[in-house]
Amino acid sequence: MHTQQLAVEAEGLHRSFGAGEVLGGVDLAVPRGSVFALLGPNGAGKTTTVRILATLSAADSGRARVAGLDVRARRTAVRRLISLTGQYAAVDEAQTGEENLRTVARLRGYRGRAARRRAAELLEEFGLAEAGGRRVATYSGGMRRRLDLAAGLVTRPEVVFLDEPTTGLDPRSRRDLWELVETLAQDPQHPVTVFLTTQYLEEADRLADRVALLDGGRIAASGTPEELKARVGGARLELTLRGPDAYADALLRLGERARETDPGALTLAVPTDGSGPQVRGLLDELDPQRTEVARFAVRTATLDDVFLSLTGGAPPAAGGRAAEEHARV
Amino acid sequence: MSELAPRRGGLLADTAALTARSTRISTRNPDAVLVSLLMPVLLMVVFVHLFGGAIDTGTEYVAYVTPAVLVLCAGYGASMTAQSVTFDMAQGVVDRFRSMDVGAVPFLGGHVAASAARNAVAVLAVVGAAALMGFRAAGSPLGWLAAAGLLLAWIVALSWLAACVGLVAKSPEGAGGFGFFLLFLPYPSSGFVPIETMPGWLRGFAEHQPATPLIESVRALLLGEPAGGAVWRTLAWCFGILVCSVALSGVVFRRRSR
Repeated sequence: MHTQQLAVEAEGLHRSFGAGEVLGGVDLAVPRGSVFALLGPNGAGKTTTVRILATLSAADSGRARVAGLDVRARRTAVRRLISLTGQYAAVDEAQTGEENLRTVARLRGYRGRAARRRAAELLEEFGLAEAGGRRVATYSGGMRRRLDLAAGLVTRPEVVFLDEPTTGLDPRSRRDLWELVETLAQDPQHPVTVFLTTQYLEEADRLADRVALLDGGRIAASGTPEELKARVGGARLELTLRGPDAYADALLRLGERARETDPGALTLAVPTDGSGPQVRGLLDELDPQRTEVARFAVRTATLDDVFLSLTGGAPPAAGGRAAEEHARV
Repeated sequence: MSELAPRRGGLLADTAALTARSTRISTRNPDAVLVSLLMPVLLMVVFVHLFGGAIDTGTEYVAYVTPAVLVLCAGYGASMTAQSVTFDMAQGVVDRFRSMDVGAVPFLGGHVAASAARNAVAVLAVVGAAALMGFRAAGSPLGWLAAAGLLLAWIVALSWLAACVGLVAKSPEGAGGFGFFLLFLPYPSSGFVPIETMPGWLRGFAEHQPATPLIESVRALLLGEPAGGAVWRTLAWCFGILVCSVALSGVVFRRRSR
């Protein structure tokens, strides 16, 4: 793809903190005007990647360009074209929502009355008009996140970075935030590129045009959500067998397709796309006499499934988390 | 939402915006405001009425000690800057400012300006308490203005130094430790007792530390006596501390963000 059409591109980003390698060569290519999700568990290096792209941190090696500009050489220019909404709401609790937005507006170059007007517009747009005069300390988690997002959009950036925008939110606030991100991405007058990180497959699926799976500081897979789901088989058929003989028989018939096998509980799982014909076919295949399967359930693929299938191992434990926390300091 | 970006304001515009922010946040903490107003008054009571009777400085003690309490309160108040900077560093808000290309000078400048405003109020509280206890200044209005200017220079220099400490400190509690240092700095000086009464090793420190020329200049200016070279020594100290702090904070601010 031609450089001009890429909002974010990275080649071989490496970053270590002390002895721990957080990024081990990350390559990314995000087309302009798209929504891109960097999906991964805690400690995968998501925050470190975003901080490098948003000019807050430097890579040890590798190159990154945002809006066509090198993040290192053209840092100031890049900062004018991006906004960053971090994992921790970057708003002052002791100020009101309106004062927070007015502060950011003034830093973005609005003066006096124009800053006030812009703050009022944003409060309205983000459903905070009534709460605008209250201190942020009284806001709910969802309101804070909306205010944080609004603060990132005082001026219209070309690339919006959202680092785990819905972590810690209740389901309803999460849906509200998804709608805001969708509105942002679909504005026909000024297409914005959204680069978000998330731990939730569902979120990436709902919002993103393209997803990259980050695991242990490396991109394990990337593509559209459909492509990724197709690779893990979208869903799981979970089976409980009637007895040890039935269990052994099912295991034999499934061979390498069997997952999450548990001889004690007599349960196992098989990847499926979740469609009626395929599930029926699988059941017929491994239990032609209809005597061996006690119960079955179809469960949609989880982030764990994606990891198991694409990285061949369990999702990394929380160990890498310490390094990421360190990166923030 | 199709808002076109206005031109970014310069250093001054950023500093003004962040001064407004820091000042607002300062006023939202009633406990801190109360402490910064009560402490000067209590210190004046302690020194003038409690210790004052036993200390012989050859002058009226309230006239002798008021400049020292002014400097004490100004220094302690300035040290609060360390805590507010550390608090900001622990929040995501600094990342937001940095991603908007706001540098160390406007960010810390906002904190320092708010500190100056806070401490101007504390200084007025000391002056008010001193007046109630019989402090009568013979100095000219120009002398008062000069004394106020020196105190302001001291507050700004120490606030910026405190801001540096705030950038380095790991927690607001740790940053608060700097306050203790600044709280005790004015004691080994000519502020509370004459230096001649101190043992030799302490006298050397007292004679050459920055609080001594500051207290002596403020005392002389308020009482209408000749201040001599103390004013220039004070200004040199303040300028030196400020320049080093600004330079250091720029380096630390960049490094802390890697």
